[in-house]
Amino acid sequence: MAFISSGYNPDKPMENRITDIGPRKYDEFYPEVIKKNKGKWSHHEILEAGVLVHVGESGDEVYTVRCGGARLMSTTHINEICDIADKHCDGHVRFTTRNNIEFMVDSKDKLEPLKNDLKSRKFDGGSFKFPIGGTGAGITNIVHTQGWIHCHTPATDASGTVKATMDAVFEDFQTMKLPAQLRISMACCLNMCGAVHCSDIAILGYHRKPPMIDHEYLDKLCEIPLAVAACPTAAIKPVKTKLGDGTEVKSVSVKNERCMFCGNCYTMCPSLPLADTEGDGIVLMAGGKVSNRISEPKFSKVVVAFLPNEMPRWPSMTQTIERMVNAYSNGANKYERFGDWAERIGWEKFFDVCELDFTHHLIDDFRQQAYNTWRQTSQFRF
Amino acid sequence: MAKHETPFLDQLESGPWPSFVSDLKQQAEVRQKNEAGVEFQIPVDAVDDLLGVVELSYKHGRTHWKHGGIVGVFGYGGGVIGRYCDQPKLFPGVEHFHTMRISQPAGKYYTTSYLRDLTRLWDLRGSGITNMHGSTGDIIFLGTTTPQLEEIFYELTHTFNQDLGGSGSNLRTPADCLGESRCEYACYDSQDLCHFLTNEYQDELHRPAFPYKFKFKFDACPNCCVASIARSDMSFIGTWKDDIKIDQDAVAKYVENDAAYPSNAGAHKDRDWGPFDIEKEVINLCPTHCMKYENSKLTIDTSNCTRCMHCINTMPRALKIGDDRGCSILVGAKAPILDGAQMGSLLVPFMEVNAENDYEAICDLIDKIWDWWMEEGKNRERLGELIMRQGFQKLLEVTELKALPQHVSYPRTNPYIFWKEDEVPGGFDRDVAEFRKHHLR
Repeated sequence: MAFISSGYNPDKPMENRITDIGPRKYDEFYPEVIKKNKGKWSHHEILEAGVLVHVGESGDEVYTVRCGGARLMSTTHINEICDIADKHCDGHVRFTTRNNIEFMVDSKDKLEPLKNDLKSRKFDGGSFKFPIGGTGAGITNIVHTQGWIHCHTPATDASGTVKATMDAVFEDFQTMKLPAQLRISMACCLNMCGAVHCSDIAILGYHRKPPMIDHEYLDKLCEIPLAVAACPTAAIKPVKTKLGDGTEVKSVSVKNERCMFCGNCYTMCPSLPLADTEGDGIVLMAGGKVSNRISEPKFSKVVVAFLPNEMPRWPSMTQTIERMVNAYSNGANKYERFGDWAERIGWEKFFDVCELDFTHHLIDDFRQQAYNTWRQTSQFRF
Repeated sequence: MAKHETPFLDQLESGPWPSFVSDLKQQAEVRQKNEAGVEFQIPVDAVDDLLGVVELSYKHGRTHWKHGGIVGVFGYGGGVIGRYCDQPKLFPGVEHFHTMRISQPAGKYYTTSYLRDLTRLWDLRGSGITNMHGSTGDIIFLGTTTPQLEEIFYELTHTFNQDLGGSGSNLRTPADCLGESRCEYACYDSQDLCHFLTNEYQDELHRPAFPYKFKFKFDACPNCCVASIARSDMSFIGTWKDDIKIDQDAVAKYVENDAAYPSNAGAHKDRDWGPFDIEKEVINLCPTHCMKYENSKLTIDTSNCTRCMHCINTMPRALKIGDDRGCSILVGAKAPILDGAQMGSLLVPFMEVNAENDYEAICDLIDKIWDWWMEEGKNRERLGELIMRQGFQKLLEVTELKALPQHVSYPRTNPYIFWKEDEVPGGFDRDVAEFRKHHLR
């Protein structure tokens, strides 16, 4: 492959450099009907799962078809999205905050051809390229992270766990039968990039073994004070240690009984790796939300302390999620989010109806705020 | 013919949900065939090797990316996430596999001509693999080599008038809900505010000058479609001060179960929940019980409404947001590391959102918060943690805001109350000998 210059001159790197121009302006990309009716919408309706109409005060209408996206996608796939948008939507398309794809048309008669086109497209392996859904009281796309595709600190994979879960709950992506919308999120370590701490159900990669210490290299590669300060439970202290050949080096020690395997020291210090085949796996959380509707925003709570990584389809994880979704669907009132339901019936009943084991791992023991999570009342259900 | 056997990943090609494996395989094949005659600037088999290394991770249950990686473009301190494979001999196509963050337009609206420009650039100089989009909002170009970074940046800025996003201890790429562009609930133009502040603070975004990362997100109403309250250090949530507008005729249509007026705009259509019952579904679910439906008339005691959106969400054709609009500003949200997760805490109950004076009041508040956090924040301390360490009162002091009952969910339960010396008559400087004149030892 021959090198092709863009015009950049490596000998004069600052010459002709353009900086600080930011993103392109949003309104360059608006479809005509959006530009015309912006800020003047009257109301909307979900016509069927995945299909919305917004009606302007002017009487104009815009129909939106929402499709699932894998988030991780090739330029070939993006070009296919462009082909569809060129054919049906005058070359306009948008993406949602949950990484779904939205195609918009300005009249109802353009809707069926667009939907039929989207439904007809499948990958060679058989999966839908553009499944229609993700609206109203159902399950929409899973906000997720990099996993083994690109990150150095994960305890599980993101794209794989998400594909396995969406296959399991696919019917709820294409229908609106739940009491309220149910948001699932995924993060491959407890840095929790994304929305794990505030979702109805959340998949979280977790380690269960303290880091290994690469004493020979640690002081050469790490700022020791940063590794010490990175620990939420103060399990790490600086030490001097002797290598096999008798050389004394600066390093750290990890007090194993204080380590809860968060991996933050590895983030700061490459000589403290902790990934492990059997040790690593999945934590499930539940009951979080971000909207202010009826109840206040809530954090998700840990409801399953550990499930093993079972590549490539994580069956224990998907079955547990399905059980939780079913129990919620059967038990919750209309408009009740997952966390609102769990709080109404009480967490002791929640574990009953979801058939989940309650273990000591689920009781908070992190600092003062742990006290507030214990039960200071005689009110409970047997 | 695939370069590597992928028996684990092959099993993720079945099932209805779009398969990332099928898409990656399709891309590997497109590169191998190269019908477009692209002079690929990184290895042709980069995507084959990506599949290979991920398959190995499925076998080992562990990642195969080395720790960290520091690469970038001159003039900026962030925007590129360096990454190197820990088995470069087995997978030379991903020995370098850096991510570039590309600043996305507010609301994520695109034209196909723009997307096709980006894909042509990325096909030539990268793997052709992307994330649409990263959690913070950026378009993610996933996988290229170090020598290509400046070339891509040059092309982005010179040909496409397009900048990189943020990474590192700086202002990260701001993001917003779609706001007024296609939503009747929007209380301000979240896209314009997002775009304006992104440009206003380009220096803070591209050159890390902060103790740690800092994020803005813009939700045009309390439904929080971009989750600003959970996912940004400074969260701008649209709201209003006056009455919810009620169209009584439309309310009647909902009550009559008119098919054109489905509850919650039809969000529950696929299950039979029985006929719409305004008492059960709206009046009794109002968190402050400030609504009444009597003699076929709906009334709302606005002074007790907390603007949770439930009634508006449920009857969007009958109930509308008020006309005196602005936003609330909440601060400090973060994930658990280090001291525990936080949601945004209410700092400014109501702030004007005024494009005509370049959002002066908002910028003034941002500058005050940054002045404090940049000076006082410890290394890798998020704003939320600084507020915990120095106190919410300190935040009010530096932002010159008066304490209000709206600032708390409830008042403190412990009586460990600090007073400032000048608040107490006589001050703190006292003579024990004077005290002993009246109180013998």
